[in-house]
Amino acid sequence: MTARLLPPDDDPIRPAAPRAIRIAIDGEPAEGVAGQTIAGVVLGSGRLNWRRTSVAGSPRGLFCGIGVCFDCIVTVNGERDVRACQRRATDGDVVETQHDVLPEVAE
Amino acid sequence: MTVLVIGGGPAGLAAAVSARRRGVPVVLVDSSDQLGGQFWRHLPDERPAAHPERMQHGWSRYERLTGELTADDGCEILTETQVWAIERFDEGRSTIAAHLVTGPADGTDRPKRTIRADALVLAPGAHDRTLPFPGWDLPGVFTAGAAQAFAKAERVALGERVVIAGAGPFLLPVAASVAKTGSRVLAVYEASRVRSLAAGWLPKPWRLVGAAGKAAELAEYAAGHVRHRIPYRTGHAVIAAQGDGRVEAVTIARLAADWSPIAGTERTIEADAVCVSHGFTPRLELPIAARCEIGADRFVVTDAGQRTSVPGVFAAGEITGIGGVDAALAEGAIAGHCAAGGEAGDAEIRAAVRSRRVFDDFTGRIEAAHGIRPGWTGWLTDDTVVCRCEEVPYGRLRSVASASSSASLRALTLGTRAGLGICQARICGRTVEDLAQRASGCALDGTTLDRRPIASPIRLGELAADDAPRGARTDLPPTGAHQDAHGRAEQEGAHGRTEQEGAHGRTEQEGAQWRTEQKGAHGCTEQEDAHGRTEQEGAHGRTEHEGARGRTEQEGAHGCTERKDDNT
Repeated sequence: MTARLLPPDDDPIRPAAPRAIRIAIDGEPAEGVAGQTIAGVVLGSGRLNWRRTSVAGSPRGLFCGIGVCFDCIVTVNGERDVRACQRRATDGDVVETQHDVLPEVAE
Repeated sequence: MTVLVIGGGPAGLAAAVSARRRGVPVVLVDSSDQLGGQFWRHLPDERPAAHPERMQHGWSRYERLTGELTADDGCEILTETQVWAIERFDEGRSTIAAHLVTGPADGTDRPKRTIRADALVLAPGAHDRTLPFPGWDLPGVFTAGAAQAFAKAERVALGERVVIAGAGPFLLPVAASVAKTGSRVLAVYEASRVRSLAAGWLPKPWRLVGAAGKAAELAEYAAGHVRHRIPYRTGHAVIAAQGDGRVEAVTIARLAADWSPIAGTERTIEADAVCVSHGFTPRLELPIAARCEIGADRFVVTDAGQRTSVPGVFAAGEITGIGGVDAALAEGAIAGHCAAGGEAGDAEIRAAVRSRRVFDDFTGRIEAAHGIRPGWTGWLTDDTVVCRCEEVPYGRLRSVASASSSASLRALTLGTRAGLGICQARICGRTVEDLAQRASGCALDGTTLDRRPIASPIRLGELAADDAPRGARTDLPPTGAHQDAHGRAEQEGAHGRTEQEGAHGRTEQEGAQWRTEQKGAHGCTEQEDAHGRTEQEGAHGRTEHEGARGRTEQEGAHGCTERKDDNT
């Protein structure tokens, strides 16, 4: 089991009825609710990592959750380097994961 | 006159209300699209909670503060607005200029705007400081702040079996929130031992008189822990996380008083999420850009009226010391009042001054009880990643530092790339400074990794674009207004760059977007400044050409330059 969205009926703070949205991450659909961040939707869909690091190619996802660490950056509708924890998801967003390989040394 | 308040958390909200009560126009800026800061982060307007108070402390205070401000025409509230640079001029009125960009986080073509103000209240807050440990870069390891943010604002549980670890009173509300979001909290591991906790929290208990609300808050967390059966273990730490591509287990060890792990006490428990926080780092880029004095404790120095060392610039909240929400509210109220022309002794803020006296004491108590102890490096291995962005391991950092005869922190960061990545040393900066200091065996040159003249990311296309259209309150400072070398350097950093990037700005309309990483953009045009920063570091900055998906790395230190650019 991994991250998940708490169903509103089980939630002690009683959120208003959510409106479902759907985004795509690397072509895979991810379901969420309006007002969530992209990181929230992706995590809630059961996926824990999305970026790959430049040096080691290691998987990364959410870390700081408040826009400080930049670990969670993704491409959103063609716009690169968007912090997934800071950007609200909108229905139909096309999200692509990033793996920025290191540049080769020019001779 | 105008008072500009940066930060919409407890301190900034209190400052804005307090300044408005003196009848002064206020502009309140926050990077989020909702007010409240991290402390009062909450569900979005699309699905508001019927009972937010069940997850929040002092929610009625939040509602009163924001209610007063949103109903007030004299307070302009700019949410979703990033302050990417700040300037100060030594002569004339409205001596402070803040450069803003408004729109979705990390967007493109967001309108820019420059606001001139007579007084500035800085209340940007703090973020978690997490010490590295083997495996802390695995997905499933989060800061405690991430767990709190996703519990409060997303209602997303980060895992089924969650371990919370680190140091400080913040771990308790995080555990409570995580439990209320449907996860099982296996335990809270506090690194400090009972004796340190007692040394911080027990002496001079009469000074806590007046802090009854805080005691009640802590008692509530404790009651919540009993209800959710969450064990609270002192003198323990998560010293490693393991897993194949994600966290599957963590190693817990007992710690000595100096936080060194005690051999033979390690045990491994299965967990799918680990939330770790060892304290907080104040967000200092704006106070440093405004040239406020930073104390030896690395917090902004303020006087009784929350004035910084710079005329017209005030500071409140966690950038003056980690004191919690009550201290932030009190400091904010005093800062706003004094920024609007009042004095610290005025009757209107007597209650805030009294409250500050009670709660500022928490700063010292938190540090005494939970402050980071040097033995923590005992859980590092040579291959433990220290700088997450540039993936610099502890062994390399240590060997480069000990092999170098230089006492320059900059030489070490350039030699290893530690602290030069996408987060601009926000996460690892304090740790890199600490480890470099220890490995080099001598006092370093006193520079820090806190300085980020471009305070938040802005794309080059946005930098190149004109400011907001006429009609908006946009008043770019005249070039002649810059009276000193540093101010001029900042100005050239922003506007000189803009001119150079004019061509790129045009290509942006053909689908290319440019983004600049903070130090890169500024450093590229910065020749020298009061802080002695060199050209090399600027050349180390990174410029990414996004439309073409190529990256331009200008590796001054390594002598390589590569351009991949379809459009030129």
